[in-house]
Amino acid sequence: MKPTPSLITGAILTVFFLSLAGVSYLWTPFPVEQLDIGRKLQPPGSLFWLGTDHFGRDTASMLMVGARTSIGVAILAVGIGIGIGVPLGLAAAANHGSLFDEVIMRGNDLVFAFPALVIAILITAVFGPSAVNAILAIGIFNIPVFARISRGGALSLWTLDYVLAARVAGKRSFRISVEHILPNIANLLLVQGTIQFSLGILAEAGLSYVGLGAQPPTPSWGRMLADAQTMIYMAPRLAVFPGLAIVLMVLGLNLLGDGLRDHLDPRIRRLRQ
Amino acid sequence: MHKIPRTLAVAGLAALASLGTAEAAKTTITIGMQLEPPNLDPTGGAAAAIDEVVYANIFEGLTRFSADGSIRPALAESWDISGDGTVYTFRLRDGVTFHDGTTCDAEDVKFSLDRARAEDSTNAQKALFAGIADVSVIDPLTVQVTLQNPDGAFTTKMAWGDAVIVAPETIGQAATHPVGTGPFRFTNWVKGDRVEIDRNPDYWGEPVALESATFKFISDPTAAFSAMMAGDIDAFPGYPAQETLAQFEADPRFVVIIGSTEGETILSTNNKADLLSDVRVRKAIAHAIDRQAIIDGAMFGFGTPIGTHFAPHNPDYLDLTGLSAHDPDLSRQLLAEAGHGDGLTLRLMLPPPSYARRGGEIVAAQLREVGIETEISNLEWAQWLEQVFRNKDYDLTIVSHTEPSDINIYARPEYYFQYDNPEFQSLMADYAITADPGMRTALAHQLQTIIAEDYVNGYLFQLARTGVADAGINGLWKNAPTQANDLTGVHWSD
Repeated sequence: MKPTPSLITGAILTVFFLSLAGVSYLWTPFPVEQLDIGRKLQPPGSLFWLGTDHFGRDTASMLMVGARTSIGVAILAVGIGIGIGVPLGLAAAANHGSLFDEVIMRGNDLVFAFPALVIAILITAVFGPSAVNAILAIGIFNIPVFARISRGGALSLWTLDYVLAARVAGKRSFRISVEHILPNIANLLLVQGTIQFSLGILAEAGLSYVGLGAQPPTPSWGRMLADAQTMIYMAPRLAVFPGLAIVLMVLGLNLLGDGLRDHLDPRIRRLRQ
Repeated sequence: MHKIPRTLAVAGLAALASLGTAEAAKTTITIGMQLEPPNLDPTGGAAAAIDEVVYANIFEGLTRFSADGSIRPALAESWDISGDGTVYTFRLRDGVTFHDGTTCDAEDVKFSLDRARAEDSTNAQKALFAGIADVSVIDPLTVQVTLQNPDGAFTTKMAWGDAVIVAPETIGQAATHPVGTGPFRFTNWVKGDRVEIDRNPDYWGEPVALESATFKFISDPTAAFSAMMAGDIDAFPGYPAQETLAQFEADPRFVVIIGSTEGETILSTNNKADLLSDVRVRKAIAHAIDRQAIIDGAMFGFGTPIGTHFAPHNPDYLDLTGLSAHDPDLSRQLLAEAGHGDGLTLRLMLPPPSYARRGGEIVAAQLREVGIETEISNLEWAQWLEQVFRNKDYDLTIVSHTEPSDINIYARPEYYFQYDNPEFQSLMADYAITADPGMRTALAHQLQTIIAEDYVNGYLFQLARTGVADAGINGLWKNAPTQANDLTGVHWSD
């Protein structure tokens, strides 16, 4: 079947920002750690595509390296969520109804009940602001999301005949979970991962905005916004460009997530045909 | 649609505006401040914001600073100094009352000074009173202060906000409800928002033109800008968003007031930290710094480069910026000599003001040029006071020392930059008791040179006082000889 327009738009935006981040490892128009006060607040032009900031840094280069920071934090945070949440969810589903299941799921509810960003602020305030702590803080809140989704997906699969067959054949729950359940919930995880990825980008920008994310001189979209705040009347572009970057990146990931769900979910696929 | 001719529109607007100002001149004022004072007792707190509300408005001392930094009589009408310079006899003004109606006399002066210099005193500037040997009441309007040693700066010390005269009956509540002798009375404090004061009808001196005044606390530079533009604030003497000053300058409704402060902004260095106890490393840091870039980048050009810990507007200032001129090659060479040829890493802690946060990023970039990596931590004030100022757990930090003539902090080895030089300490002791102006200048020059040649700290710039005010206000201070928003001479033009 043909991919939907939202899937295409989402994929294009996502690939665009991912490649921006990738390219920034090899090349940026200007070095971002070098300040040159003499050329501060230059308007966009042929030399500085998006102008320069109050320290004379090239905004385009800052955005590229900032993409790297945001994406890096968000990917690792999603990684933590999947790495811990999925095994927990699968284990809970395999032991459905047991005390183990209860403990894990109620523990997840506990973490889920806290407003994520507030706790992230608390964590970074206690352990000091840094990109690593931001990753941990965002990652912790991804755990219950993935635990729930994988448990829910796994539970319905456990009642299916082929799982029963595998059981009769003498396979242990662990092998069944890994060999039969996991591949069948991979779609779900991929979609949820994309959504969590976009939430991670937002959370990172929020934490950096209040000064709790990546520390200077590492560029970050959130801090670019914060720095631009007092100059918004003089040079609105300083806030507009990182703001647009955040919006487009998050929009792209959400479109991609929605599109993937429509594309991968057999029921929706059938409906559309 | 037809375009209304622009001049016509402007004339119409002007006419509308003049309707508003046609009445008599305003007698109220709203002053913007970036930080809210933690309490309102100037004798019990170090925060500059306390004095910025109460100094000269609510509380007065024996003497006071005037707008140009000179010392004027306040509650003391006049004074005599004994031949050997150790006995000061202050004659107090007659008819001075506190806001609660009680008289202010020699007993109150004795109480205030004894309280400030007592063992258990919580005064933030106890050093001001350390030289006092005895305070005695001669008669209700005469106080005699005996010093241990002659002190040429004693009347200046008595002008500090920390040396104001308070009454024993009301000092207990001064933190929340200050009662002083000043031309304004405290009326209301809405925590987190504003402090209100109104005119004291029983004031001993010339009555003030304003009927009431409000100090409004706005910490966010962007919000400060909007509040000024919207007219919610009439004047913002310590205006925090220098980047927007150009806009106010171009607007006829406002005047921009650029003055100097007593704020030596320095790259404070922990002289006891492993790497930084080596003077070559400190010298390398000093030569790595390009002051003008910091002033342009962090302060949008407002600020005067300094080469030592002394205010450039002080007649005794010595320009020592040449000792630490921007010279990255020399820095690299010094680092190599000190055994750090392949670089070193230092921690740079930055408090919230933009001079520190922005300045810090520029300093970090300049240090990186010569091979010094910095790990930047942005700290809130409470954290900064705890970790840097009290526990001395830092390598570098940027802060503005806004107390007047505070070079004496270098004679305190326990002070947070931990500079311990006996030669400097003994010179400082001499300086403190020297009254002869020529000798004082010579000593001041010597003191400034020692700390500059020892590269105790990186000396960056003298903080400018950038203020914005409604064009109709007269009488605001241009410079900041002490931490104050003196409203006694402020009035609106008709």
